[in-house]
Amino acid sequence: MTAALFAEQLLNGIQLGVMLFLIASGLTLVFGIMNFINLAHGSLYMAGGFVAAIVYRYTGSFALAVLVAVPAAAAIGVVMERLVLRRFYGRGHLDQVLVTFALILIMNEGTRMIFGPAPLLIGLPAMLSGSVEILPGVGYPIFRLTILLAGLLVAGLLYLIIMKTRLGMWVRAGASNRPMASAMGVNVPVIFSLLFAVGAALAGLAGIMAGPILSVQVGMGEPILILALVVTVIGGIGSIRGAFIAAVMVGVVDTFGRVLLTPALGSMAIFILMAAILTFRPKGLFPVHG
Amino acid sequence: MKKSAHHCLLTAAATLMLAGAAMAQEPIKIGFLSTFSGPSAIVGQELLEGFKLGLEQKGNKLGGRPVELIQADDQAKPDVGRQHTDKMLERDKIHILTGINFSNVMLAVAKPAIDAGAIVYSINAGPSQYAGSQCNPAYYNISFQNDTSSEAMAVHLQNKGIKKMYLMAPNYPAGKDFLAGFKRYYKGEIVGEVYTTFGQLDYAAEIAQLRAANPQGVFIFLPAGMGINFTKQYYQAGLNKTVPLYGTSFSFDQTMLPALGEAALGSFASAFWAETLDNPQSKKFVADFEAKYGRLPSPAAANAFDGVLLLDAALTSIGGKIEDKAAFRKAMENVKFTSLRGNFKFNKNHYPVQDFYLTEITKNAKGRMMMTVREKISANHEDIYVKDCKMAAN
Amino acid sequence: MADITAFSTSRKDALAAVALIAMLALVPPAAWLLHDPFLVKVATRIVIFSLAAIAINLVLGYGGLVSLCHAGLFGIGGYVVGIAAFHVSEPIHLGPLVLGGSSDLAITLPLAMLVSGLMAMAVGAISLRTSGPYFIMITLAFNQMFYYAAIALQKYGGEDGLQILSTITLFGVDVGNRYRFYYVALAVLALATLLLGRAIGSRFGLILRAAAENETRVVVVGVQPWAYRLVAFTASGVLTGLAGALLAASQQFISPVDMAWDRSGDLVVMAVLGGIATFWGPILGAATFIALELMLSSWTQHWQLVFGLIILAIVVGLRGGLVDLLRLIMPKPAGKTT
Repeated sequence: MTAALFAEQLLNGIQLGVMLFLIASGLTLVFGIMNFINLAHGSLYMAGGFVAAIVYRYTGSFALAVLVAVPAAAAIGVVMERLVLRRFYGRGHLDQVLVTFALILIMNEGTRMIFGPAPLLIGLPAMLSGSVEILPGVGYPIFRLTILLAGLLVAGLLYLIIMKTRLGMWVRAGASNRPMASAMGVNVPVIFSLLFAVGAALAGLAGIMAGPILSVQVGMGEPILILALVVTVIGGIGSIRGAFIAAVMVGVVDTFGRVLLTPALGSMAIFILMAAILTFRPKGLFPVHG
Repeated sequence: MKKSAHHCLLTAAATLMLAGAAMAQEPIKIGFLSTFSGPSAIVGQELLEGFKLGLEQKGNKLGGRPVELIQADDQAKPDVGRQHTDKMLERDKIHILTGINFSNVMLAVAKPAIDAGAIVYSINAGPSQYAGSQCNPAYYNISFQNDTSSEAMAVHLQNKGIKKMYLMAPNYPAGKDFLAGFKRYYKGEIVGEVYTTFGQLDYAAEIAQLRAANPQGVFIFLPAGMGINFTKQYYQAGLNKTVPLYGTSFSFDQTMLPALGEAALGSFASAFWAETLDNPQSKKFVADFEAKYGRLPSPAAANAFDGVLLLDAALTSIGGKIEDKAAFRKAMENVKFTSLRGNFKFNKNHYPVQDFYLTEITKNAKGRMMMTVREKISANHEDIYVKDCKMAAN
Repeated sequence: MADITAFSTSRKDALAAVALIAMLALVPPAAWLLHDPFLVKVATRIVIFSLAAIAINLVLGYGGLVSLCHAGLFGIGGYVVGIAAFHVSEPIHLGPLVLGGSSDLAITLPLAMLVSGLMAMAVGAISLRTSGPYFIMITLAFNQMFYYAAIALQKYGGEDGLQILSTITLFGVDVGNRYRFYYVALAVLALATLLLGRAIGSRFGLILRAAAENETRVVVVGVQPWAYRLVAFTASGVLTGLAGALLAASQQFISPVDMAWDRSGDLVVMAVLGGIATFWGPILGAATFIALELMLSSWTQHWQLVFGLIILAIVVGLRGGLVDLLRLIMPKPAGKTT
């Protein structure tokens, strides 16, 4: 492998990582702070992709698709939370897994009944399609750079909100000690609804950003959900910083694993990474809870 | 809430009782086992709708006998397919098992179906085992043998004098079959042969390696979602302008082209049938299919439709008596019907002998992406496994 | 400790388990009377998945650990049977040593239990360092490793899977016949249920459950829960492998799809659906799951929607799974119910 190719692959790995961070960030927020395993996070990702594709079909505008789909995903998330998930905050992880598993089945089949099983198209404006020369003779897709930028922006914004604002302080308090936060007058249920909406919006955003490079189809949420869970756990559940670092690690290991190892080992690479990390750090790289 | 759960169970119990109830004797019973859930559900739908359109045009009769279609979802899992097959064989007493989408499901269900006296009639899955040493009088495949589509593309590239190719397929048996078929007929240099994870999402790493290898063309066998992911990403990397993409119809059919849009433009696919194929029966089929379902058909749907035509022709010649095994076999082996594909006949191993075409992905006047037929690559193409087939004389 | 006593094996539980097994034993005569031999095939699948479900429940319901690597262990058991049968016609040559294959269950079932048990022990030894969601994910990682390893077994069919072409026997007796095979599988299930019921009621079971509820309390009295959990995980792996071996033998086929992680999820759903607070609840869950899957999918293409709604209704409405439903229907005996 030449130095230029190595650099390009490294960029590919980081870009994949940032894309995984986009989806994992919402998951780790809800998972870590509300202590709720939401397997239907992948369904919200799908919802984002589908709403964007439909808006794109009728308006031909990618920007409008983003503007409509992000709040739409948040709204679907809030409906989900109000109708069903709210009852499960106090119950064990097992019940949470089961109820969100049921939601996956319902969302997938419901989407298939409405839109059919065929994949949909999300096109790009001329400004974002095509590629730029990052190294002599090596073009890099502009849209992948856009994903990179969006991911970094989200990471920065989340970090600022959680570390520097009153809302973030409440969130941190609610995460580390819920009864104590309640006792101190933090309105935990409202914060939770808000958080869930934010998580859903992030999932929806990831679904839209994935649309132009991945197939927008029923069931698109599950493979990416697995990767997002891997990222969340490696990083330490609830840690945004951990999720970011873990996402980039997973992206890079997966990219080089596919290029350098045999196909079977390449497919296993990130799982070997996760098992190895958890063996030595049983609560991930940046544990939030004691 | 407790009450509603209770109700659900009661309804379920009632359904069970109904399922076991009365069955008529007269109709020809066809078990349609395909994938209706998960990412491959689209193929199951194409097959079923093509088949249903065919039956509808035949007045829901084959060889003069009414048809009862029993369908089930194999979830792309061999053991689930096996369970449904057992049910269809033992409870529904089907005459014909069809619809199967995946080779691994076919390998799990064909033997028990044949052992139970049913006909296995594939309109999609084409594993090499049943084309070669395991060929069987009760097994028919009217679609294709896995290797043949890529063999055709290899023939074309060889003739065209393309010197350096890069090959890519998922790491599973059909992927290996397709690339093996390609290598059988392509004698130029292969500068890369890459097997990717099944269901892979991101191909940036592979695309970077590919560019570094500097081939004259890339041949892919990446069906369904994988093909969409790869082709979009390939297009965005801008490589399609310098290194054309070659594939089979499985990466560029009408289940995928609407989602690919411009990204597929200018790619080439080998096909045994395409929506632009120029013969009257095919044109009528495309129009009828679009009128009924509001979209263009894929080769899978066309094969399913063809499957009905072929069965009807064979059964009509023997007065619908599917129970007479020897007569049915003779009728099938010598069947005459007007295939959507134009040229079709069964080989000794009950796999098709058919023509392959080169198609180019173009945009038509209505702005739709199509596989446009450019030339016939090979006529009367047969698979190579037929030489291992010692077909039993009943 | 009140909840823990409510958990333990009561006479009622033993009775329920016996009743379930007895009902399953009546399936073949019923099938014969109804001229519907397919019922036996369904029941075979129910028995096999019941075995896997009660096995996963040992770690799930009693150990409080959600494992997603049980599909992998299940598949390993199946592959042991498949590979052993494969080598009947093609013995392995190890230098001067010639190892013949076997398709006799008296040899292959114990072998499957041994191999899957050892694998479970290795996975458990590493995974049990973690807990909660981390445990779920590390076991998922191991499941994916098993899965991709099976795909890499090109010699044994890779993704296509492995067909078993030789006759399945038990101590030399052909058990290919569905009725015979069914009773073999049912006997295995009965034995496993009995053993599990015993284990749950013993000191071992008590510590396992106590550690799941409050780890510190157990550690304080000087017991290391880790060792107990490892034993439970390994035992669970042995039984799951046994179930996989029976599945491979019954359908004469095994493939990597049987090891996909969502199959692990199915096993968890079966256990929870039935009720994880009793050792026999998962049998009810497995039976319901398989019957629903079969009926709904021949009823509508969109069966997963209905299936999802049913699961949702059960999780929202019945905290203890279907076992709770039984409790509602049955007349309440005097005394406590949960």
